[in-house]
Amino acid sequence: MSNEFKIRVEVNGTTYERMVEARMLLSDFIRHELGLTGTHVGCEHGVCGTCTILFDGLPTRSCLMFAVQANGHKILTVEGLGTLEELHPLQKAFQEKHALQCGFCTPGFLMTLVPFVANNPHPTDEEIREAIGGNLCRCTGYENIVEAVKLASEMMQPAK
Amino acid sequence: MDRKYIGKSVKRIEDPRLLTGQALFTDDVHLEGMLHVTFLRSDYAHARIKSIDISEALKHPGVVAVYTADDFGDYWHVGPMQVPPPIAIPNSKFHAKGLPPIAKEKVRFSGEPLAVVVAENRYIAEDAAGEIIVDLEPLDVVVDMEKAWEDTSVLIHEDIGTNMAALVKQEKGNYAEAAAKADVVIKRKFHIDRGASGAMENRGLVASWDNRTQIMTIWTNNQAPIPLRNTCAANLGLSESQVHVITAFTGGGFGPKIMTSQADDVLLPWISKKLNRPIKWIEDRREDFLATTSERDQIHFCEIALTKEGKILGLSDIFYHDTGAYNPYGMTVPLNTMTHTMGSYIVPNFYTEVRMVYTNKMVVSPVRGAGRMYGNYIMERMLDIAARQLKIDLVELRRMNLIQPDMYPFRTGITGQDFVENIVDSGNYPETLRKAVEMIGYEKFIKEDQPKLRSQGKKVGIGVVTFVEGTGVGPYEGAKVTVEGTGKVNVATGIASQGQGHYTSFAQIVAEQLGVAPQDVLVTTGDTDQFDWGAGTFASRGMTVAGTAIHLAAVNVRKKILKLASKLFETPEDELEITGGVVRVADFPDKSISLGNLASRANPSRGVIEPGVEPGLEATAYYGPPYGATGQGSVAMILEVNPDTFEVKIQRFVLVHDAGTVINPMIVEGQIMGGVQMGIGNAFYEEMAYDEYGQLQNASLMDYLIPAATEMPPKMEIGHVVSPSPLNPLGLKGVGEAGTIPIPACFHQALENALDNIIEITTSPMSPSRLFTLTRK
Repeated sequence: MSNEFKIRVEVNGTTYERMVEARMLLSDFIRHELGLTGTHVGCEHGVCGTCTILFDGLPTRSCLMFAVQANGHKILTVEGLGTLEELHPLQKAFQEKHALQCGFCTPGFLMTLVPFVANNPHPTDEEIREAIGGNLCRCTGYENIVEAVKLASEMMQPAK
Repeated sequence: MDRKYIGKSVKRIEDPRLLTGQALFTDDVHLEGMLHVTFLRSDYAHARIKSIDISEALKHPGVVAVYTADDFGDYWHVGPMQVPPPIAIPNSKFHAKGLPPIAKEKVRFSGEPLAVVVAENRYIAEDAAGEIIVDLEPLDVVVDMEKAWEDTSVLIHEDIGTNMAALVKQEKGNYAEAAAKADVVIKRKFHIDRGASGAMENRGLVASWDNRTQIMTIWTNNQAPIPLRNTCAANLGLSESQVHVITAFTGGGFGPKIMTSQADDVLLPWISKKLNRPIKWIEDRREDFLATTSERDQIHFCEIALTKEGKILGLSDIFYHDTGAYNPYGMTVPLNTMTHTMGSYIVPNFYTEVRMVYTNKMVVSPVRGAGRMYGNYIMERMLDIAARQLKIDLVELRRMNLIQPDMYPFRTGITGQDFVENIVDSGNYPETLRKAVEMIGYEKFIKEDQPKLRSQGKKVGIGVVTFVEGTGVGPYEGAKVTVEGTGKVNVATGIASQGQGHYTSFAQIVAEQLGVAPQDVLVTTGDTDQFDWGAGTFASRGMTVAGTAIHLAAVNVRKKILKLASKLFETPEDELEITGGVVRVADFPDKSISLGNLASRANPSRGVIEPGVEPGLEATAYYGPPYGATGQGSVAMILEVNPDTFEVKIQRFVLVHDAGTVINPMIVEGQIMGGVQMGIGNAFYEEMAYDEYGQLQNASLMDYLIPAATEMPPKMEIGHVVSPSPLNPLGLKGVGEAGTIPIPACFHQALENALDNIIEITTSPMSPSRLFTLTRK
């Protein structure tokens, strides 16, 4: 099948050029073409939020986009968020508050929350629950995620 | 006892890898030359297979192979009973029907596999599956349990001449006599549905046969890697040592991932061996709903007999249990129902009968709670109804019937899923109830808050129930603990992990004995090359059974360390201490050796060793309980019903639990909170909605409603009571299902209370529309 297109995408600061079929999902492209398997796929119909990435800075479900639509755009995945040596405040807070168990949905929650915590220095519980209302988790019951977001917000306050 | 690590909320060691996207899940396995599989599945729930034409699919570019049942030749066989029949219960009838890996001659549920397509990638495999021409002759479908039981005009399995999968009766005392003497006998029918496991990661398996090494390597998210290895070896005629099963990080299990005779488990290793290529299959969400396993309906005909003062004299429960089209997982679910019906209460006479029915639906196997919820639900509902009829306070009626702390071990007289009598080992039931009632402020709510809120037109109600959770059943688990020359400690056990924090809590147990930091303990679960004895992760038994085996092995390693160091320092063992990664003479800390150096000394590369001495600092231990340890607890919640939309908001939620000794409180509370979410789903949102044709109407996360953060209570207030189990040295009990079991009963009691008891709920789950309909009756 020669239904392939050349795309150029910046992912976690690295520019990739690849030939992809028009129908290839962005989630499959990230996972299987680029080998960035930290982005997980839970439903492939845009409900669970597990595959959420930042697309030009906005939380986006990568299973609901085609890779060709990412041509010329910037993507951030969980691999670009923090390292084992230096976790992002959200990642630190998730560990601190036991906001993950199996960890499968976690990258989706983190990527959903990156702009949220950046833009909401003092979120209320209700605001946090609203913000993560589109992400499903089957392990934690969400309460510790809410606590982690509050902690991350505190950690991200500029030192006085 | 002063403990350094046990009982501490140690932060999880596995988290940084999970948080940075570096943990390996099954779908992350990529191997050179790997092919991808998709299954073509039946759209009909009951049909005769006339023909399957794969010729067009085979011509599709990129397709490597297409198989139907016939192509597997003698390899095709019906799968084994993963859980054996309940022969321990006298006069039980059981018709075993294992799972065929792929449908042959007949299809018995919608979603059953008909063909396997192997291709260069998943996209091509799915394209080609669409080119397979299937000729199915639809048959009449049986979905209604009561009808299927009576009516033999449509048979799921013709050879047994009935749709009866099993009939099991158990009795403690004599219910009929008790009922004859009772002041009150209350009868009700309940219809209870439970849903899908809904793990965020679907199932998946990669099989890779290597012709050169003659080794089959399987990566999977299975909960039972050792049974999977054993059946795989038997199927392929290989030695068990030639099959290596590795459970990757797993995105939630909750039950269904324990199955080892699904199409992928059986067919992928065969295909990999035949093609000499690695083969991957990753289930999609629709397949997970249609063709994995789930729990489902039970219909109960229940009677309770009481004195007018409220003392329970007896209980009778005859129930239908839908097992779906096959019963490879035996009777675990309905036996759990039987052992959890009497719950926290003294029921002198109890009759229980299960009629397990074949229907044209997906196979039923345990989902978190595993049958316990139904038993809890009917007992608690019957007590609510009795309390109203006898005009006794709901909490008081429960309190007066509770098993008392001086009654353990308390024999229930009912045989459970482990085929031995269910005996309650320990507990303090009055205390969990007292505490839950106190934490929620029951008296104040009933007397002050509720009347005030009612006068403002608010529909606010309270619920209080108790529950038991049979956990930590046999047969056994084992573990190997090794101090390496590096000073690090290795732990390997046979169970698999799905997010329970085993890498940390098991490390805490070992650290406690060996005086190292938990971070220096490397725990491996579910890798058959590391440890290959054990049954798997189910029934909230990981910590209780495998954790105890790990403790026993660590205790033995500690003994070896002390013995060897005692010789080295010419000092009695009781004058030594192990701490900070060294063993030393307590009074002369300079006389010290690191555990790593000691381990190297115990494993010399030249010279001689004493006769009878095992090398290294290593021990293997096993633990099998005589019967399971029973956890218990009480739940209370306050909720508000919107009188216009019938949406429900939980305002307060309290759960007091007793899981014996707690290794890591943070992890235990996390287990409870996650369980509660599934319980809330079971109470009000989640349901497998099959129609009369056996079609699942809500096989997507759009239509199957898993509670989101916005459906949960604002805060889960958790209280603790600790009654260590006398069955194991650390006093452990399981907790994995505690949060799930009692929620529908508590939720529905609170709904009735909120609506001023104008309705009586006998159906679970409720939903806004069901609630509306009930209030209009």
